[in-house]
Amino acid sequence: MPAQGWAGERDLAAEGKTIDALGQFELKTVLGPIGHSVGFTQSSAHMLLAVGLITLLVMYGISRQAVVPGRLQSLTESAYEFIQGLVIGQVGPEGKRFFPFVFSLFMFILFGNLLGLLPFAFTFTSHIVVTFALAAIVFVLITVVALMLHGKKFFGYFFPEGAPIWLAPIIIPVEIVSYLSRPISLSIRLFANMVAGHVMLKVFATFIVLLGGLGVAGPFIAVLPLTVNVALVGFEILVAFLQAYVFAILTSIYLHDAVHLH
Amino acid sequence: MEVAAAKALGAGIAVIALFGVGLGIGNIFSALINSVARNPSARDAVFPIGILGFALTEAVALFALLIAFLILFT
Repeated sequence: MPAQGWAGERDLAAEGKTIDALGQFELKTVLGPIGHSVGFTQSSAHMLLAVGLITLLVMYGISRQAVVPGRLQSLTESAYEFIQGLVIGQVGPEGKRFFPFVFSLFMFILFGNLLGLLPFAFTFTSHIVVTFALAAIVFVLITVVALMLHGKKFFGYFFPEGAPIWLAPIIIPVEIVSYLSRPISLSIRLFANMVAGHVMLKVFATFIVLLGGLGVAGPFIAVLPLTVNVALVGFEILVAFLQAYVFAILTSIYLHDAVHLH
Repeated sequence: MEVAAAKALGAGIAVIALFGVGLGIGNIFSALINSVARNPSARDAVFPIGILGFALTEAVALFALLIAFLILFT
């Protein structure tokens, strides 16, 4: 999206120096004409890469099963135990059969977020279509699970037991809206976090370049945004973990609702 | 030019929501510090909940930021 924005930007645009913060999210096809004809973008390529890396990590982690685990094996095991504890802690013993789903979801989002932090890489979780697809899978799953386990009783979820009956016209629409807004809030949270983080990185990176071109003192002042950017990358690594964790824990909380109905 | 000015103003107004988010995040961490200071052994149980609350509150800030971006760049 080209910015036709405010005056300051226009002055910079005249010199050919703009803060192009959103250009990094543009989709481009890769693999030449073949990729172009099937619409294979760098986003798809990074998704495949993430899946490949996760598969390699887990396959390697379980291949040797040493009593004293090596680095990669203990990484795999701690990720496994972390998500297992999360799912069983939230959903209860019945949550065991949802563990593979939540584990794949967590690893996919985590690798997507972390891959995006590498230079020249693309963050596929910064596109709402990707995060909304993931959230829609979760939403369909929790609805189907609740319907399969509880049948018609599932609709009692929208009217808590013990509430006075005259409150029904207020409570039922509120509950339905809050139920339907789950996939929206789930997807926008992840997408907005990633977009905001990468926009911030890009803005401060542009400050470094712009300041660096400002005469003799410029490069010395440019150290300031560079420092900020280094700190921001660290913060973004934290956010990458945190958002994958939040997505996984919210999925588990929704699954708990689906399995136990309140 | 008036449209550009209105866009900049609108984006600024959209991020007023950060007022509430700042209060919320401050509240979460003050409660977290309070509870850990009163009962240090509860740290492991309380910390993930605090982080979850932080992430959920931060999401509100990002919704506001998103609206600001939408106003600015579309």
